[in-house]
Amino acid sequence: MHPIVKLVTQRLALGLLLLFAASVLIFLGTQILPGDVAQAILGQSATPEALANMRAEMGLDRPAITRYFEWLFNALQGDLGTALSNGRDITESIASRLTNTLFLASVAAVVSVPLAIFLGLFAVRFRDRWPDRLISAITLTSISLPEFLLGYIMMYVFAVKLSWFPSVSTINDSMSFLEKLNAVALPALVLTLVVLAHMMRMTRAAILNVMQSAYIETAELKGLRRFNVIARHAMPNSIAPIVNVVMLNLAYLVVGVVVIEVVFVYPGMGQYLVDHVSKRDVPVVQACGLIFATIYIGLNLVADVVSILSNPRLRHPK
Amino acid sequence: MNDEFQYLLNRTARGKLDRRSFMGRAAALGVAGATAGSLLGSAALAQGPRRGGTLTMGMQGGESTNSLDPAAAQSQVPFAYLKIMGEPLINIDDNGNLEGRVAEEFEASADAMTWRFKIRSGITFHNGQPLTAEDCAQTLRRHSDEDSQSGALGIMRGISNISTDGDTLILETSTPNADLPYLLSDYHLMMQPNGGFDDPTAGIFSGPYKIVDNEPGVRHTFERFEEYWDSSMGHFNAIELLVINDATARNSALQSGQVQLVNRVPPTVAGLLGRAPGISIQTTAGRGHYVFIMHCNTAPFDNMDLRLALKHAINREDMLDRILRGYGSLGNDMPINASYPLFDNTIEQRTYDPDQARFYFERSGHSGPIDLRTADGAFAGAVEAAQLFQESAAAAGIELNIIREPNDGYWSEVWNTEPFCASYWGGRPVQDQMYSTAYVSDADWNDTRFFNERFDSLLYEARGELDLTRRKELYSEMGRIVRDEGGLINPMFNDFIDAHNDQITGWVSNPNLELMDGLAPSKMWSTE
Repeated sequence: MHPIVKLVTQRLALGLLLLFAASVLIFLGTQILPGDVAQAILGQSATPEALANMRAEMGLDRPAITRYFEWLFNALQGDLGTALSNGRDITESIASRLTNTLFLASVAAVVSVPLAIFLGLFAVRFRDRWPDRLISAITLTSISLPEFLLGYIMMYVFAVKLSWFPSVSTINDSMSFLEKLNAVALPALVLTLVVLAHMMRMTRAAILNVMQSAYIETAELKGLRRFNVIARHAMPNSIAPIVNVVMLNLAYLVVGVVVIEVVFVYPGMGQYLVDHVSKRDVPVVQACGLIFATIYIGLNLVADVVSILSNPRLRHPK
Repeated sequence: MNDEFQYLLNRTARGKLDRRSFMGRAAALGVAGATAGSLLGSAALAQGPRRGGTLTMGMQGGESTNSLDPAAAQSQVPFAYLKIMGEPLINIDDNGNLEGRVAEEFEASADAMTWRFKIRSGITFHNGQPLTAEDCAQTLRRHSDEDSQSGALGIMRGISNISTDGDTLILETSTPNADLPYLLSDYHLMMQPNGGFDDPTAGIFSGPYKIVDNEPGVRHTFERFEEYWDSSMGHFNAIELLVINDATARNSALQSGQVQLVNRVPPTVAGLLGRAPGISIQTTAGRGHYVFIMHCNTAPFDNMDLRLALKHAINREDMLDRILRGYGSLGNDMPINASYPLFDNTIEQRTYDPDQARFYFERSGHSGPIDLRTADGAFAGAVEAAQLFQESAAAAGIELNIIREPNDGYWSEVWNTEPFCASYWGGRPVQDQMYSTAYVSDADWNDTRFFNERFDSLLYEARGELDLTRRKELYSEMGRIVRDEGGLINPMFNDFIDAHNDQITGWVSNPNLELMDGLAPSKMWSTE
């Protein structure tokens, strides 16, 4: 077998094993939350009889291990069950929330990833001169501010004062693509500012690392333009760390944006998950956890595979 | 103000001229924008309701777990959408009087144990089906069933038999209940076809609007139900209810004009928001209150002197000022205030008195710190309120040890479990219901573990007493008992603070619940 195929297969198998472990953790985690779903649904108004009725109705009185395997097999078949709190089909509800989350993440990624890499290259080109310092100063400032504060500042300036973009980013199916883009402009901008610095600094550091190598000196001595040296010669050898940090940030854009969703009232997965955690709606929490774990593991898998593929020694074994 | 301006004003108020052109021409006549806007508001109010337009409202209190089943409603957004879509038998009007809605007329037998409700004819459900007395009976039956897990179950317990006679609904109670019609105004008790037994989450009701989109925790949209029987409600063509749980986002949306009406303005920003152009803050003194509760049967709180010491050791004025910024009123260690019918306003207001507190504390013989549990989610500002309490109690030589609990699980692990904690009550329409819910010995949520025979017998006597003077006396004595002997420390009643901009008008103060008892979307109208 070609060593690359072997390596990639190994990674895939490891990913699956990791996912299985994650599913166990998710299930255990939801079991140790204080109070159970019956208590949470009935809230302050729970009476002992109503609690007992509800627990029996939801099958919460059966052993955990039985419930775990039942849940896992159903989830593998794409059946995530129904939400305990409002009886809606989870797969259906999650589909629209997940689409929204992926939409916002894609918009932010399409802007931030190329921008971060370009700024990284640019910073290397003008290393230690004012463009480098300016880029670092701005991106580091924006990553240092808490997201909600950035959100409120953007909202105040662009929605309340200038009225360029809406402050409420609620989107729905009846909106056209352009209307949706307009609606998510502010959250996408904030997310871009939040992830930019990490990717930009990593690109810069990775390339600077390679720039010390002898072959870069050779390229420079050949008389190549400085930006070409960086983009054509240095960059390919720093792809592995850059891809890793890009994937990490993409994963963050999907699984870590609940604060932005709340501030801009965006109907994504984060808010959906938080609502159901506070209601102890275990099947939904488990389903969200599983999806998040899949995305996280999946993106890291991609990063690994790309790193492997970008290494000529692995691509062309002797 | 010249004639031309007046002419423009009237035309705009009648909808002949749009608001933008009006503001432009008013400016040309030298009338400043804010003045023109507020004049337009009063002119529009004077012209009376105008049909048309879309209302967009932003509300706190919605989750993606919300259901359209009225039995399951608990937070503000389900309350609001049920009020928009549904209609109960009876409402409590702006002045606290009973107003027949689905029930046209109602009367009690002399012993207040049998009530007859004549159901209004000509009401149809959103699916076109006519509403009958049997539908009403079925609705009440469903909420009476323990299995329905209805939020109105406590109210329905006293009803022993539900039957119909032609177009009349007959309710019989096991004990006399003079307050029954008030209780039926509860927002869970919206009439549904066949009582919702077929599909409680179908969203089919008989109110002024019918649901179009239902995305729990995100948005709910409605369009006017043209066959609704009462033309004084339902002025907007459509309503869009956006769930905006973040207060800053809600206020920004109001300021940028994306929404016209919001609930739950935080007291800390209400003053600032009210100064923004075109924004009106509406405060309503309500029955909701923020409390600290002690279990009367658990040491050290089983000692009445200790309870009195703590009641004297809290600075109510200071707390009202700092936690609610004055948007509220003082509590008097009982759950009742002037917003309730038959309130006795001669009961002396308890004040902060460190000397008295010290006296009672020493007499109680207790020593050492007392644990007080609180959480951000107990009520807005509960952690700060506990700190204020700690300070004012320290001045009386009482040491409070504040334990900050997580919001998550507070209502299951702390409230009604731990002997001393912060909490809140939303209030109930009548005194009887408030006391039956939490203070009578066998109450479902006796969260102060208050067991007082005298109090219980007064409650049952008052419930069947149709003579109002006598009833008021009974309630007065009950209030005094809870105030002096109970486990409730009630520093303040909170106001509802809502806000709207000048694109809508028609706000009328209603003491029941927020957003004009949830009727603002149906009763207000557009000025554009």
